[in-house]
Amino acid sequence: MSLLAPGHRGCAGCCDALAGKFVLDAVGKDCIVVSPTGCLEVFTTPYPESAWGVPWIHSLFENAAAVASGVEAAYKALGKKNKTKIIVIGGDGATLDIGLQAISGAFERGHDLTYICVDNEAYMNTGVQRSGATPLFASTTTSPAGKVSFGNPQHKKNMPAIIAAHGSPYVATASISYAPDLIKKVKKATETKGPTYVHVHAPCCTGWKFEGSKTIEVGRLAVETAMWPLYEMENGEVTGVRKLKKRKPVEEYLKVQGRYKHLFTAEGGTEEIKKIQAIADWNVKHFGLE
Amino acid sequence: MKLVIKTTAKPKGTRANKTGTWRSFMPVFDHKLCSKCGICAMYCPEGIIFKLENGYFEPDYDYCKGCGICANECPKKAILMVLEGK
Amino acid sequence: MVVVEGSYAVAHSVKMCKPNVISAYPITPQTHIVEDLSQFVADGEMSCEYMNVESEFSAISALIGASAAGARTYSSTTSQGLALMHEALFNASGMRLPVVMTVVNRALSAPINIWNDQQDSISQRDTGWIQLYAEDVQESADMTPQLYKIAEDEEVLLPAMSCMDGFILSHVYEPVILLEQSLTDEFLPPFSPEFVLDPENPMSFGAFADPSTYTEFRYKQEKAMEAALLKIEEVANEFNEVYGRYYGGLIDSYLLDDAEIVIMAMGSVIGTIKDTIDMLRKEGESIGLLKIRSFRPFPVEAIRTALKNAKVVITLDKNISIGKNEGALCTEVKACLYNTNLRVPVIGFMLGHGGRDIPISTIVKIINKAKLVEKGIFVESEFADLREELI
Repeated sequence: MSLLAPGHRGCAGCCDALAGKFVLDAVGKDCIVVSPTGCLEVFTTPYPESAWGVPWIHSLFENAAAVASGVEAAYKALGKKNKTKIIVIGGDGATLDIGLQAISGAFERGHDLTYICVDNEAYMNTGVQRSGATPLFASTTTSPAGKVSFGNPQHKKNMPAIIAAHGSPYVATASISYAPDLIKKVKKATETKGPTYVHVHAPCCTGWKFEGSKTIEVGRLAVETAMWPLYEMENGEVTGVRKLKKRKPVEEYLKVQGRYKHLFTAEGGTEEIKKIQAIADWNVKHFGLE
Repeated sequence: MKLVIKTTAKPKGTRANKTGTWRSFMPVFDHKLCSKCGICAMYCPEGIIFKLENGYFEPDYDYCKGCGICANECPKKAILMVLEGK
Repeated sequence: MVVVEGSYAVAHSVKMCKPNVISAYPITPQTHIVEDLSQFVADGEMSCEYMNVESEFSAISALIGASAAGARTYSSTTSQGLALMHEALFNASGMRLPVVMTVVNRALSAPINIWNDQQDSISQRDTGWIQLYAEDVQESADMTPQLYKIAEDEEVLLPAMSCMDGFILSHVYEPVILLEQSLTDEFLPPFSPEFVLDPENPMSFGAFADPSTYTEFRYKQEKAMEAALLKIEEVANEFNEVYGRYYGGLIDSYLLDDAEIVIMAMGSVIGTIKDTIDMLRKEGESIGLLKIRSFRPFPVEAIRTALKNAKVVITLDKNISIGKNEGALCTEVKACLYNTNLRVPVIGFMLGHGGRDIPISTIVKIINKAKLVEKGIFVESEFADLREELI
C-alpha cells in the first residue's frame, strides 16, 4: 500500500503522482515531506483531505528549501533528529526559478535534507507556461510556436550542476520511467549526510500533449535518445552513468509529443531538430553515455 | 465538519474521493497472459494495482482513472483497455 | 539595574525565553540584536539552532517549518527585510504558527533611509500578526516573554511582532532591569502545540482551501485576534505579578481622566508626549495621553471608553497611507468612533518620517493647531514637521 493514498486529483497518467509514490516507496514512513506550491501540492491536499500518509507541509511557492531547513533545525534543537528524513518534493518552477535562492541558502548551510525536483519542464499547475526547465523549442502557452517562432528559444537550465557547485555530497538525475533506479538513488540521497539532490525527469501528458497511457514510454524515450542522461555525482565528480546500448535519434522522442509538433510541420523545422540533436550529442560526449 | 486549525484532516483522507468515476476506459487483466512481473503495479500513478494471493494483479476500480499506463507498459500485453459501460 | 544598549536588553530577554530555533538576516538597525544573540550561542549561553539564512524571506520561511515541527522560534528584522517577508507573514499567520519577531522600526525606500519611522510594520497591518509597540527599552525587553505567552496560547496561536523604534530604542543605552531566568521560567510555560510534524502522527499542514472552507479559516483567525484582546491584558497583569512591571495591556494612559485634549500615539514618541503634557499642565492646559500598545488586535472598545470625555483627539502617525493623506492610527481611531455617540473631532498629524526628530516644540505646535477646532478651524490631517523651504 502506497504512502501516497489514491483519491487525489492528479490527471489520469500523472507523472507527479508517480514520482511522489516512488519517493515515498524509497524513504518509507519515517520522514517529513515539504512541498512548494505546484500540481503535486494542490492535487494531494484539497482541505479537509490529504493523500499523504507521512507528515507533510506546504508553505509557499518559493520557500520549500528554507521551510525544510527550518524543520531540520527544529528536529535537531528538540533532539528528535535520529533517523527521520527531511525531504522536499518540488516542481521545476519551484526549483529552477522562483525557489532557487532558498535552495542555494539551504545547500550552502549544509542541512541534512534531500531535495527532489520533479521536472515536467513547465508550469503545469497554471496551464503549461514556460519555466527555466523548459527545453529548447518546446511550445508552451508563454513560449508558443507561431509564424515567426519555433517555441521556447532558451536552453534548459542545468540545475544538477548548480547544486553540485554548492558542494553537495550527492547529486543524481533520475526518471520516473526507470523506477528501480529512481528509488535506489532517492534512498542513497537520503542516506547520505548533508544536503543532497535528485532531479527526476517526469513527462506530463497534459503539458507535453500525449496520451496519459504513454507517460512511461515518453520518459524512456528521453533517456534512450540521450535527451535526459541518467547519472550520479558525488562531491562534484560524476561517479555513475547509465550507458545507452543503442541510442535513438531525438526525432523519436520529439515526434510523440504535441509540444514539438511544429518542428515536423513548419518550414525549417528539420534544421531546428538538428540543434536539439546537438544537445543529445553533447550529453553523450560529456557524460560518456555510449 | 469542524475546521482543524493548521492541519488538514487525518492522513490519506483523499480515499473518500472515488476517482473511479473519472474512467472512460477500464483495464481488464487477462491472467492467462500475465507473467506476474508486477510492472503494472509499479507504474500505476494511483498505486492501486495490487498483487492477489495467487500472484496475479488486479486494480481497485474504485480509484482507477483508466489512464492505461498499465496496459501500455505490460510486456505480455495482458491488460486490455475496454470502453466503460460496454 | 544595568546600563545596556536597547538591542542587548532585547537579545537578553530572547535568551531568557529559550527559543529552539532563531533564523535571521542582518539589516540596520536590527543588527545588534542578532549579533548579541549570535554571541550568546557562540559562548554556549543558549542551546538553540541559530540559522544564518540568505534573506529575510528565508528567515521567516525557516521559522514556519521550525514552528510547525514544534519549536519555539524567533527572528528580528526591519524595513526592507520586513517588506521582503510580506508574503510569508500571511502564511505564518494563516497556518497559525506563533513565531515571535522583533521589528526594529525603520523607514522604507525610496528614498533609501535607515532611520526610524513605523511605515514598515504598519504596512503589515493586515497580515494577521499581533503587533505591540514599545515605549522604551525596558518595555521592549519585557515584551518578548509576554508575546510568547500570548502568541502560544491555544485560543490565540498567532504570530506576533514586538515593535521598537529603530536607533531611538535599539541603539540607546538606558538603565534596564534584565530579565531573570528563574522568573521567566515561572512566567512562560514551554511551547507544546497540539499538532506538530511527526511521523508517529502524520498530519498535513498547509492544505489548500476552496471557496467552501476558505472564509471560515479567515473567520477563525479573526476570532483568534479577539481572544488575543483578552490575553494581552491578562498577560500584562501576570507579568506585573511576577516581575512588578506594567506598561498597560492594550492601551495605557497618562493624565487622561480629566483631559479635554487627548493625544494618541505609539512607540518611543510617548516619552516626549509625557514631557510635553507635564509642561503644558503646569500652564493649566487640560491635556492627557492615550498610548496604543496593541495595534493588532486593535482595541476598539478600550479606545471608545478612554475617549468618552475627550473634546479633541490628536493622533500622531510615523507613517502615511499615500493617497489618503493620513496615518493608519488616525484612520483607525476615526473608524472606531464613527458608530458611537461620541462626536469628538479627530485630527491626524504625520511626523517623524525617516528619522526626523520629534522635539517637544513640534508636539506643542500640534496641540496649538488642534485647539483651533474650538474656533471652528478644522484640520483633517496633515504633516506636522514639513520643512517648507524644501517644497
